[in-house]
Amino acid sequence: MSAPRTGAQILWEALAREGVDVVFGYPGGAIMPAYDALLDSSIRHVLVRHEQGAAHMADGYARVSGKVGVAIATSGPGATNLVTGIATAMLDSVPLVCITGQVTSRLIGTDAFQETDITGVTLPITKHNYLVTKVDDIAKTIREAFYVARSGRPGPVLVDITKDAQQATTTPVWSSAPVRMRGYRPEHKAELDDLARATELIDRAKRPVILAGHGIVKAEASGELRAFVEKTGIPVASTLLGLGGFPATHPLSLGMMGMHGEAWVNHAIQEADLLIALGMRFDDRVTGKLDTYAVNAKKIHCELDPAEINKNVRADVALVGDVKDTLEALIPLVTRRDRAQWLQRIDEYKGDSAVRDIQTMPHDGRLFAAHVMHDLWRITQGKALVVTDVGQHQMWEAQYYKHDHPRKLVTSGGLGTMGFALPAAIGAKLASPDDEVWVIAGDGGFQMTACELSTIAQEGVKLHVAIINNGYLGMVRQWQQFFYDGRYSATPLKSPDFVKLAEAHGLTGIRVTKRDEIEGAVARARRADGTCVIDFRVEQEDSVYPMVPAGAALNEMIRRPNPIVETAEDD
Amino acid sequence: MMTLRTYIMHVEDLPGVLNRVTSLFRRRGYNIESLTVGRTENPGVSRMTIVMEADDDAARRIEANLYKLVNVLKVEDTTRRPCVTRELALIKVRTSNQSQRAHVMQLAEVFRARVIDVAPEALIFEITGTRDKIEGLAGVLAEYGIVEMVRTGAVAMLRSAPEQVNEIQEEPRATSAA
Repeated sequence: MSAPRTGAQILWEALAREGVDVVFGYPGGAIMPAYDALLDSSIRHVLVRHEQGAAHMADGYARVSGKVGVAIATSGPGATNLVTGIATAMLDSVPLVCITGQVTSRLIGTDAFQETDITGVTLPITKHNYLVTKVDDIAKTIREAFYVARSGRPGPVLVDITKDAQQATTTPVWSSAPVRMRGYRPEHKAELDDLARATELIDRAKRPVILAGHGIVKAEASGELRAFVEKTGIPVASTLLGLGGFPATHPLSLGMMGMHGEAWVNHAIQEADLLIALGMRFDDRVTGKLDTYAVNAKKIHCELDPAEINKNVRADVALVGDVKDTLEALIPLVTRRDRAQWLQRIDEYKGDSAVRDIQTMPHDGRLFAAHVMHDLWRITQGKALVVTDVGQHQMWEAQYYKHDHPRKLVTSGGLGTMGFALPAAIGAKLASPDDEVWVIAGDGGFQMTACELSTIAQEGVKLHVAIINNGYLGMVRQWQQFFYDGRYSATPLKSPDFVKLAEAHGLTGIRVTKRDEIEGAVARARRADGTCVIDFRVEQEDSVYPMVPAGAALNEMIRRPNPIVETAEDD
Repeated sequence: MMTLRTYIMHVEDLPGVLNRVTSLFRRRGYNIESLTVGRTENPGVSRMTIVMEADDDAARRIEANLYKLVNVLKVEDTTRRPCVTRELALIKVRTSNQSQRAHVMQLAEVFRARVIDVAPEALIFEITGTRDKIEGLAGVLAEYGIVEMVRTGAVAMLRSAPEQVNEIQEEPRATSAA
């Protein structure tokens, strides 16, 4: 029989029982009882500089570790500051538990100081949320929250706990039995006759393409995917969040599909007679105009969430279930086929268009972002854990940094949250301390959460930060160039001296303006005691190619201007 | 093809559940024709009847999305199943003279509507039935001048033996905890 405990103490013990070793948060009035009890807990707390950072750190931690990330904030503004981070996690199916303090229960609904209806605010951007007003409900709710966050299609769960519930005492009842809920049945298993129908389509297909998504990474299904690919000989295109789920250097890896996918990938998809979608949801950024999307292809959709089936693209066969289980079931059923003709056809597209910027860019000392990505990939031997922000650099990274392993690329895909990278990288580093972690961010996105440099300094976290500084909000500038007659509205960007900014935080700062300085800068960054910020001054009006304009068909790409014949120089 | 669909839902009787359900319809861009909610024979379980227009694909996705709400216990699309549906309406009709009043009451009789309030200038009818029946009466009464009308929205029940929500929902299950 355990002794009576306060709700705040129960909260930390409940977190410890879920295996939590680190939380990211910021104190305030309504969460003070919990912060007081934190001093007696063994859980590490990372003090952020803005609660949005806490949510992104928990997110980065979750994406890398595969565990549930935890963010904590006070009521009102503390809670609302989490919102962007929660929405980011929701769109990318990242398991988070966000704990917020709430005003004392008798004050709820009175517009009390720092009162916000945060369960109302986050209702559409959480998988589920709870308002806890009674101390006896804390332990059970935390357990349920973790179960909901990580089970089925993962997602963020918010638990709002009133101050009086944190202060009240009770004798906690701990259970180790499986969580039981009246509703909520997240598990599904593909039907046998659907597996048979899928097998028939796969065996009959002459021009099949696998579309590998985030689900491969989340389900830890990389091994099964590889076995499936090597048995069937079917080439793999990846979504942005699927990168690393299948080795980029594998001969059957095509690369990224979609708006900034390479031409041969999108052409292969458009010409395919079968698409095998694995843990992806046919986002508009990967399909282009829907009624022109892979019109001759049958579609097999392997997906855990039944609500995704037939949402954007009609599935001929839907295999609803965990993609790892589905692949395990399919592997013994499918037969090996000779795909030489189809692969040769795709190779012809590569031959036609394999003129990547890397090879076509003038080697005249100027610094192109693509150079930076390519050289970082080469110098780190493709082994770094890369956390990207949102914009042009994110696409260049996806094109030129070849990821061979899952959970080595962390990026905000669905919501496209600028400011994500720096805080997410802190979480990523804490989840995987042995990894060399690189933040790649634009000058715009970096400044949205640059305050977290202080967190980095205080926590002694070692990151390598590459700012791809082109003096513009580059992706918007690119759209303005292509679609708004080059009228640069609110995209030229003046930034602080990032080297001095790093130094002001007690960190190292380096500026790179020429390609031949990259290697030395990376070496210095690696040698630095703490985090090093490298300000890469890249070509200002460079654009990401190819590009499928929004609403165009996938094969209607804006191609790289003036492609010249490739040279072997950079291979 | 867009058809009018009726869903029966069993949900946990907790604060905010109605909000979660309606928020889902709003967020996904589906327009609710009518929604009713109330207690059931099972303590802790509320029942909703939702009527809305959707094609078959959308209907399946709505069902799948509803099941993603943690407090939802069971969803049944009754559209192509044997089912009884009823709605209640109160209709206030202007009656300027004695003979008109008699005439209106006679008409209402045909629809099995009851008079529940009589005032010098107006009558209130209560009618229970399907949507078609209520709209039929409203159409007829419109000629005399409907002052106001209130409708409850449909409630529905499948004709087959009702399944016990609790029996279906309470089997144990393992967590995916590492």
